[in-house]
Amino acid sequence: MIRKPLLRVENLSKTFFLHEQNKVIPSSSQVNLSVYSGRLTALIGPTGAGKSSVLKSIFRTYLPSSGRLLYETTAGATLDLALASEHHILELRRQEIGFVTQFLHTLPRQKTLDVVAMPLYQQGIDRTEGRTRAAELLTELNIPERLWEVPPATFSGGEKQRVNLARGLIASPRLLLLDEPTASLDASTTDRVVALIQRKKAHGTGMLAIFHHADLVQRLADDVVELAVPAANT
Amino acid sequence: MNKILEVKGLSQVYGPGCTLCFTSTGPEFETNICPHCGSIVALHDLSFDLYKGEILGIMGESGSGKSTAVKCLYFDQMPYSGSAIFYDESEQQPLFKLNPAQRRSLRNHRFGMVYQNPNLGLNFDISAGGNIAERLLMSQVMNYREIRERARELLARTEVLTERMDELPKNFSGGMQQRVQIAKALATQPPLLFLDEVTTGLDLSVQAKILDLILEIQAELDTAMIVVTHDLGVIRLLAGRTLVMKYGRVIESGLTDQILEDPQHAYTQQLVASAL
Repeated sequence: MIRKPLLRVENLSKTFFLHEQNKVIPSSSQVNLSVYSGRLTALIGPTGAGKSSVLKSIFRTYLPSSGRLLYETTAGATLDLALASEHHILELRRQEIGFVTQFLHTLPRQKTLDVVAMPLYQQGIDRTEGRTRAAELLTELNIPERLWEVPPATFSGGEKQRVNLARGLIASPRLLLLDEPTASLDASTTDRVVALIQRKKAHGTGMLAIFHHADLVQRLADDVVELAVPAANT
Repeated sequence: MNKILEVKGLSQVYGPGCTLCFTSTGPEFETNICPHCGSIVALHDLSFDLYKGEILGIMGESGSGKSTAVKCLYFDQMPYSGSAIFYDESEQQPLFKLNPAQRRSLRNHRFGMVYQNPNLGLNFDISAGGNIAERLLMSQVMNYREIRERARELLARTEVLTERMDELPKNFSGGMQQRVQIAKALATQPPLLFLDEVTTGLDLSVQAKILDLILEIQAELDTAMIVVTHDLGVIRLLAGRTLVMKYGRVIESGLTDQILEDPQHAYTQQLVASAL
């Protein structure tokens, strides 16, 4: 069966130019990969190979330096995320592309339930339903109920990570970018996360993920892409 | 996605102006004073689109032209050149071609402004409630009881103690004055709100509450906002997209997370690197 990828990254490179030091810092170099609906592509390689830069370029937190990021929209058109308008990117972020970053960034003082439900609110789902679904997901990820009405600022690293993951998964995005979503979790919590990611895959979400442990790549990845450190960085 | 505002080539010059003003000022000349005629080019060639419910940040240091931009759009001053179209439901309003009565009507009904200095946005000689009543009266709400009820609701919404609605705002703290200003701006439920350095000079805890309030309003009313600030934290918290200005020009624009994590221009890199 030949399936059309949800996302095709072609020859993506990202370099940074630091004006103050008049210096070019290469990050990702000539990256090619595909992400399919209902499958997980794992991005592996040593530190400095630009794995996170690939994810950030796709999400447009970074401006790609060259290459194409061809995304199949719900309407069946192909959109180059590198060139799409800012409003279009914001709309995609609201509706279909999710990103679980390494660190949880939230609005200060926002309660955990609302942090998790935010992607639903942005899609116009009301607070009651949003909070109910957030509670279900937090239960599944073993976040105790006493923490739900508290902002996650004071949570442990592992708790924050699960809140972050819950927020990324709640809206079942079409494309989900995961940057080390299980780095600070214990074995039993990791099992819960694995089960959840598998369920979202079965639900049709296409994922591109960076994992800390080879073990997780084995358990979750359908495709593996290895990046090398760009020549100028070694 | 509905466009609410389209600004094209907005420029402002203070002084006589000459044909060389625009080509001899700007970031590459590190000045906004024209060496030929001495005019100040406060703003040159600002263009952007704003969508319903969107928050756009305009960031830059003092004198970069960011406040001039919103002052032109709110008709506090008329620009030197450029155009702006306000898409008001089914109507298109070319802002700088309207007559004074039409401009006043937009200001009173469809736009809201919150200034850094509450003195500019509030009448200090009448009560907090009276300030709101004034705006409601201008939009043809005439019934005394209805006006008082609306004023009370708005002040409660912005967390101003309603027992104090008959006091003069000059007796309020800075944070409270800003809340009254926000309540006043929101009185007519405008689809477009301008916020000019609204948290500058306030205590951190007060700033936080004002920012929370702004986000709640945006979520509740789907108000489009232009937020002018020199504070990266405010931009990070509020704005989906950001324009960075220097010497009256936009030197960089993009998604806010991109501006903060992958700034392209030397000046923006320096700003982001020096943020606490």
